[in-house]
Amino acid sequence: MKNRNFFWFILPSLITMLLFIALPIVSVVVQSLHIEHEAVLNEVENCGPFGCKKELIINVEETKKLKLESPLGQFNGLKTYTNRNHLAFEEIQQSWSQSDSISGFISNTLNLPFYRALAFTLTYTFVVTPFVLFFGFLIALGVNSLPKTMKGPTIFVSLLPMIVTPLIGSLILFWMIDAQGIIGSILQRIFDDPNLSLKASPTLTWVMLMVYGIWHSSPFAFIVFYAGLQTVPSDTIEAAMIDGASRWERTKYVVLPHLMPLTIFILLIQLMDNFRVFEPIVGFSAQANATSLSWIIYNDISNNEDQFFGSAGATSVLTIIGVSILLIPVLIRTWREFNRKVV
Amino acid sequence: MTNIIHRRSRLLNLFIWGLVFIWIIAASFPFFWTLWGSFKVQGDFFSKADWTNAISGVRTQIETGGAFTGNGYYGAWVTKNFWLAAINTGIIVSSVVVISLTLGTLGGYALARSGKRYAFYLLMLALVFRAMPHITLVSGYLLPFFEWNLWGHIPTAIIVMVAINQPFTLWMLHSFFLNIPKDLDESAMVDGCTRFQAFRHVIIPVMWPGVVTTGLFSFLLAYNDFTVTATLLSQANQTMVPKIASFLGTTQTEGNVMFAVAAVVSATAPLFVLILFFQRQIVSGLTAGAVKG
Repeated sequence: MKNRNFFWFILPSLITMLLFIALPIVSVVVQSLHIEHEAVLNEVENCGPFGCKKELIINVEETKKLKLESPLGQFNGLKTYTNRNHLAFEEIQQSWSQSDSISGFISNTLNLPFYRALAFTLTYTFVVTPFVLFFGFLIALGVNSLPKTMKGPTIFVSLLPMIVTPLIGSLILFWMIDAQGIIGSILQRIFDDPNLSLKASPTLTWVMLMVYGIWHSSPFAFIVFYAGLQTVPSDTIEAAMIDGASRWERTKYVVLPHLMPLTIFILLIQLMDNFRVFEPIVGFSAQANATSLSWIIYNDISNNEDQFFGSAGATSVLTIIGVSILLIPVLIRTWREFNRKVV
Repeated sequence: MTNIIHRRSRLLNLFIWGLVFIWIIAASFPFFWTLWGSFKVQGDFFSKADWTNAISGVRTQIETGGAFTGNGYYGAWVTKNFWLAAINTGIIVSSVVVISLTLGTLGGYALARSGKRYAFYLLMLALVFRAMPHITLVSGYLLPFFEWNLWGHIPTAIIVMVAINQPFTLWMLHSFFLNIPKDLDESAMVDGCTRFQAFRHVIIPVMWPGVVTTGLFSFLLAYNDFTVTATLLSQANQTMVPKIASFLGTTQTEGNVMFAVAAVVSATAPLFVLILFFQRQIVSGLTAGAVKG
């Protein structure tokens, strides 16, 4: 294809991506270097029967004017990054020198909002992703061995958890595990503890969110693996059987290597998607016990009265850095493969 | 021969089928349970006495005189104006699908036919863009949108969602176009077509399966979106998903939670129908990028 043709074909798509994906990233970086104006204070002398007092009063008009003139706020450098709500260097140093054990230091660190969210996001990503791969593979093996008439309906049902709106899916589960819902009350009966509540304990909230994540994403892995199983070369399997390979050996040496590229694909998509975990926290109202990076950004900008663009910007930049670190291995791999193809 | 390959011991079969059975229950039961419960009153759906009340509908009998009630649906759709949110969703989702596909087919075709190094760079860039959490982008939009008075309007949300979904659309259509033989458009060009004429008269007639599948996924991405619609739309232009989230803030009053349950069921119904008719396309779409890659 000629360069000129290519340019005109790709242009509309490229413009939208540059305007609404690349520019916002720049905008987020700029925002993160600024902070909201401080309120303009006026000193007012208040005289009453017991003498005069000097008071500071917020000058609403001046503050508004300042905000209108430069909505971005004032330049703050990297201070937003290092403050208590983000990387919290000071607090960490302090806690390092004061706490006498490693576990004390860790629990102090996990009380800081950014590290708390980071801990949950990473745990969620690295627990849910392998489970999704594992369950997806098992279900695919199972469905593959079903009689033909059963396959269609099973796939239909399996698609439901994946295709449902994440917020709606988490609400549906949330209502069921409510202490007065079906799963919640059955669990209470099983453990014989009428006060058992999945929402109250941080550990159970984390488990619940991850169970939701696995429920939601397993169908994706299942479908991809299932399609992969249809293309396993039967000649190779027959040859392996003639050579006396057992069922386990055939799975290990023929089927699994054949599915390897698919596994990488699912892994990549899952890492990207799980790292942005957000809706389940809203759906499960879990913010008291679990927050994610996406959730704290949302929390900064969703309030209509006070929106903290500086703070949201700083968390966004840190999140983008996190995503990039996750992506680097995959990018390098794809890069090498492409170069091999070209040469 | 396949029979021999798939012959398993009875124990292994039992185990695998048991597993599939458990999965089917886990995947489908929550939906049927919520559908059933949406026709009950709150006292049954969240039963303090006994969870089996939700099946029999004891409180529903007492409060409304019948085993089923449409109060939740009436409250959501009529009292709480859920119909307005449904219309907004309809407008936004259909526009997003049409615009995404138009831009995506042009771009995806170019990427599939170029073979130059910069096309690969663009695909990699799209992959990086695909990985960006949406909320980080949204936090970049808000301030400029407020300044330029773009915030809150439906067209703003549409173009933002088109852009956010563009990387995915490009990747998917690119892999579909790779499967259409190059000879097709090249022979048209030998016969004197320009590149665009070849695209218009030769490629467009044969590209529909790929476009339908990609359209389904653009539909799902737009329909299921919470981040963009919740933060970039004003109250009057709200779509279904943020509307449901806003029901939850006001669940203090008895019965209001049933509005949310009814709304959830209403919003899930179109998705159900979608899988019913397009299961094959969804499955082929999920595997398009992977199996051939």
